[in-house]
Amino acid sequence: MSGYVIIGNGVAAVGCIEGIRSVDTDTKITVISAEEHPVYCRPLISYYLEGKTSLDKMNYRSPDFYSANNCDVVYGRKALKIEADNKTLMLDDGTQKSYDALCIATGSSPFVPMFSGLETVRNKFTFISLDDALSLEQAIDKNSRVLIVGAGLIGLKCAEGICGRVAKITVCDLATRVLSSILDNECAAFMQKRLEEYGISFMLGDTVKAFDGNCAQMNSGQQVDFDVLVLAVGVRANTALMSELGGEVNRGIIVNDKMQTSIEDIYAAGDCSEGNDISLGSKRVLAILPNAYMQGYCAGTNMAGKEQVFDNAIPMNSIGFFGLHAMSAGSYPTKEDGATIYEEKYKNGIKRFFIKDGLLKGYIIIGNVERAGIYTSLIRQKTPIDTLNIDLLKSYPSLAMFSDDIRKNKLVGVM
Amino acid sequence: MSIEFIYPEFEVIRDQSRCIGCRVCQRQCANEVHSYDDDLKILKSDESKCVNCQRCVSMCPTRALKIVKSDCTLRENANWQNNTIKEIYKQANSGGVLLSSMGNPNPLPVYWDRILINASQVTNPPIDPLREPMETRVFLGKKPDKIERGKDGKLKCNLSPQLELSMPVMFSAMSYGSISYNAHESLARAAKELGIFYNTGEGGLHEDFYCYGDNTIVQVASGRFGVHEDYLKAGKGIEIKMGQGAKPGIGGHLPGTKIVGDVSRTRMIPEGSDAISPAPHHDIYSIEDLRQLVFSLKEATEYKKPVIVKVAAVHNIAAIASGIARSGADIIAIDGFRGGTGAAPTRIRDNVGIPIELALASVDQRLRDEGIRNNVSLVVGGSIRSASDVVKAIALGADACYIATAAVLAMGCHLCRTCQSGKCNWGIATQRPDLVKRLNPEIGSKRLVNLMNAWRHEIKELMGGMGINSIEALKGNRLMLRGVGLNDRELKILGISHAGE
Amino acid sequence: MKRVYADEKWCLGCHLCEYNCAFANSGTEDMVKALKDKIVYPRIHIEDTGKITYAVSCRHCEEPLCVKSCISGALGIENGVIKIDKDKCVSCLTCILVCPYGALSEGDGGAVQKCELCLENSCGEPACVKGCPNRALVYEERCDV
Repeated sequence: MSGYVIIGNGVAAVGCIEGIRSVDTDTKITVISAEEHPVYCRPLISYYLEGKTSLDKMNYRSPDFYSANNCDVVYGRKALKIEADNKTLMLDDGTQKSYDALCIATGSSPFVPMFSGLETVRNKFTFISLDDALSLEQAIDKNSRVLIVGAGLIGLKCAEGICGRVAKITVCDLATRVLSSILDNECAAFMQKRLEEYGISFMLGDTVKAFDGNCAQMNSGQQVDFDVLVLAVGVRANTALMSELGGEVNRGIIVNDKMQTSIEDIYAAGDCSEGNDISLGSKRVLAILPNAYMQGYCAGTNMAGKEQVFDNAIPMNSIGFFGLHAMSAGSYPTKEDGATIYEEKYKNGIKRFFIKDGLLKGYIIIGNVERAGIYTSLIRQKTPIDTLNIDLLKSYPSLAMFSDDIRKNKLVGVM
Repeated sequence: MSIEFIYPEFEVIRDQSRCIGCRVCQRQCANEVHSYDDDLKILKSDESKCVNCQRCVSMCPTRALKIVKSDCTLRENANWQNNTIKEIYKQANSGGVLLSSMGNPNPLPVYWDRILINASQVTNPPIDPLREPMETRVFLGKKPDKIERGKDGKLKCNLSPQLELSMPVMFSAMSYGSISYNAHESLARAAKELGIFYNTGEGGLHEDFYCYGDNTIVQVASGRFGVHEDYLKAGKGIEIKMGQGAKPGIGGHLPGTKIVGDVSRTRMIPEGSDAISPAPHHDIYSIEDLRQLVFSLKEATEYKKPVIVKVAAVHNIAAIASGIARSGADIIAIDGFRGGTGAAPTRIRDNVGIPIELALASVDQRLRDEGIRNNVSLVVGGSIRSASDVVKAIALGADACYIATAAVLAMGCHLCRTCQSGKCNWGIATQRPDLVKRLNPEIGSKRLVNLMNAWRHEIKELMGGMGINSIEALKGNRLMLRGVGLNDRELKILGISHAGE
Repeated sequence: MKRVYADEKWCLGCHLCEYNCAFANSGTEDMVKALKDKIVYPRIHIEDTGKITYAVSCRHCEEPLCVKSCISGALGIENGVIKIDKDKCVSCLTCILVCPYGALSEGDGGAVQKCELCLENSCGEPACVKGCPNRALVYEERCDV
C-alpha cells in the first residue's frame, strides 16, 4: 500500500484528510505542503492584520491534528510532476512519492499582470498567504501610504486589515465598482461607502499604466504616490500538474460530483478545481472556503472507497467591512433570462431575491444578514417556491415560511 | 370619571427594579392588563381589567409582579358591605343578573372544619400503612341485601353492574365546552392512570376520548346534548343530572360563542347556537318519570351500566334521595351548595341549597331507616377540599366523593372565579385555541395523578390512625367523628357526638 | 445524542426560553442583574407563523455545514455538541450564511454565538427546556429520521 497523497495543505486538504478518516482510519496519508505552516485559513490573514486574531489562534486544527490522523506532512516542498501511469509524483527536491489515490488541492496563486516598471517598486506584495501578510506587516507603519491594485475581496479585506495601521489607503480597479465579481453597482456602492467612511479612497474604472519607483501613473493620467504596493488583481487556479498530465482542465481542474478528475485515482478539491454549480447548472471554479472543505471531504471519502457525491455546491459569500455585512449566494439571473427579481431597500441595506423556474436562484442581502442561511438552504436544496409562504420569505428568514409538515420535519430531523 | 365608575378590585404591583421587560406578562394576559410602553421602555398595567388569576405572577421570571387587593374602600358598614354595594352599582349600570363562577365564596359554615377524626390509642392499636396492606378500593352500585345460594349450595351471582374505584374519589362532571379539550384530556388520562373515573358533564364525549371509556362516566342532562347510543355505551356508567349544587333549580346556558368546532360537533348542535339546558328535564315530573329514564338508559345499554342520579343538596334532600333509591338508580350523587360552576347567577349560587355535610348525613340516615341503603351507593361533592374531607365524608356515610374544584386547581386554576368570561388564562375554562394550548395534558394529568396519590397516602394514614384498614370499615362509621363548636341540632343531623363526649 | 426539541403544539410564544437562555449564558447569578436594561442575545429564537409559535435553536447536525464552513476553525464538534471557540471566531458570519436553521447569531462580544446545550454554564442542562412552562421544549434522545 502506498497510501493516500494530498498535494496542498489548505482547507481542502483538511477536508480530504477528515473524509478519508471517516472511512479508513489506518492507511497513511502524505500531505505535500508548499508553505511551512500547519494548516491555517487564508481568509484569516486580513483579520490577523486587523488584530482580530493572532498567529496562535489561526491554526485551523489543533496542533496534534496531523499526528492524530496518521498524516505525514512534507513541509516546504512542491509537487513538480505526476506520473499517472505508475502512480507516483515527483517533488521539487527530487524525491518520489507513490500513491494509491491522489488529491490535488493546490489552491490558487495570485495573478500579477505585467505592469510596466513594476520591477522598480521596492515594497510590493501580493496578499494571499500568511507569509504575504507577515511581510506586508513588516513593511507598513503609521505613516505608510498604501496603494492596493484590485478592489475585489482580497484587495478590500487587505484594506480593512491594515486600515488602522497606515496613513493612507488608495484602492484602484479597472472595474467601475468594488467587488465586481460578486455585487452589482447598487450593492457595491453600499460597501464602497462604508469603506470610504473609514478613510479608504477609491480610483475605480482606472488602473495603473506604469510604475516608477514609488509613483503609479494611472490610465486616467493621475499619479498616485505610495510607500507600499499591494497587488490584488486576482487569483488563478493552480492547475499545472493536471494540464501537464493531459487531464481535463478549464479554468480549474475539471471534477465530477465525486471530485474525480479525468485521470483515474486522481481527485481534485478546493480553489484549484472546477465543479458543478447547481445554481448556474454548469461548471465553475467556486473559490470559497466552505466549498473547499466539502469538496475535500467528498474527495477523501471517495478516495477511501466509499461513494459519496457533493452535488449541491453553490457560490456564496459572507463579506463584511467595518461591521457592514453583505451576504450573497447562488446566481443572479436577469429579467431577460426570465427571472423575477424581488427587492427591498432600506437606509442602510438592501435585500434582493432572484427567482427563476419556480426556484430561488440567488440572493443578495446587505445590512441585516441575520439567519440568511435559511435562504441559502432554499437555493442548495432547490426548494420549490410554491411550497413556501412567499410573504414570509420576503419579510425575514424563518422556518415559518415552510409548510407545517416540512417545518416539523426540519425541527425534528437532524441533517 | 362617571357615576358608573367602580374602582378596580385589584392592583398590579410591579417592582420596576426587578422587571427585565421580557413581556411575558403582556403575552400571557388574555385580559390585556399589561402593555409595553415603547417610549418609556417599561411595562405598564391597566388593573381595571385584572381578574387576579395570577398567571402573570406565576410566569414572571424575576418575581417582579404581585397582585394585591385594592385598599380603595367605601366607608365601612357591616350591613352594606363593599361587595354588596358594588353589586348594586353593577346592576344599576347594567340592569342584568349578576353572573359568577366557581363555588360559593361566602363565609357560611364549613362543617368539615368542625368535625374531627378519631385515632386509636392503647386498646385498639393504630395500623401503620407503610407496613400493613390498606384497602382504598371501593365498588359503587346496588348491593344485594342478602347472600343467595342456589339449590347446589353455591353462591348465586346476581350483582348489579358496579363501578370499581381504586380510591373513593372521582372527578365530577365538567362539560367539554365549559372546560377545554386539554382539560378533558388531562382528567381522562389521570382517571385512567389512577383507576378512577372522570365525568363528561353534559356536553357529550369528544371522539378522541372514547378510548378512555373504561374510566368515563357519561352524563345525560336536561339539554341531552351529545347523547346517542354509542355515547351511552362508551362510558362505564351513566349519570342523569337533575341538579347542580352551585345552581339548584335552574338550567344551564353555554353561550353560542363557545359552541365552536368540535364543541358544536360533540354537543350535536349547530355552531354558534346557544346551548340551553332547561331547568327541568321536560320528561321528568315525578320519581316515576325518573324511573322511566333510568330504565330507558339501562335498556339502551343492556343493563350493563350502573346509572347515577345526580341532584343538588336542597332542603328535602332526604326524601328526594329516598325516591331516587326506589327509582332503579344504582348510585345517588349529591352536590352541595358550595360546588363549583362555569357560570351561575350570583344570587342563586350564593343563596340556594344546603351544605353537603348535612345533606349527606340526613340522606344516609334516611336510607338506613327505610332499609334501602343497599339499593344505592352515595357519592358526594360540592367542595371536597382534601383527604380529610374525604375521610369525614366516608365516615358520615358516603361511598365515594366527587371533586372538581380541587381537580381544576391541580390543573392550574387560581380560583379567580371569572370562568364566565371564557378567557381563562390557564387554558381550562376557555375554548380560545391560544389559551387552550396553555394546558398541556402531559402536565395536567401528571398533576392530577400527583394530587390523588397524595390524597391516597393521607387517607391511608388517617385510616391507619383509626385502626381501620379498609374504606368499607370506615363507611358510615360515625363513631369515628366528633363535632366541635356545633349545636345539638347540628350534631343530631350529622349523627355525631360532640368532642369530649 | 440528547438534543433540544420543540413541540409547537404546546409552545405559548411566551419567549421565556429566550430570556432563560440569555440568563444562563450571562455568567451572572442574578437574572435581573444579567438582563435588566440590556439588549438580550438569546441562542434560541421564537418564530411565529401567524398561527403558531415554536422555538428554534441549534440542531447539532451530524454533518454540520457551519463547522465545515468556519474559516477560523472556531466551530467544532465535541461529543456531538457543536461548540464555538469565541476566542478564535473572527465574526466573518460564514456560519450564518450556511446554517439552514438560522441557529447562529452575532453575540454581544464580537463573536458568533450558538446553543451549546448549557452543558458548561451554570445551568448544566438546557435552560430553555428547564424554564419552559408548558413542556413545549424537551431535551431527549430521539431516533433521527
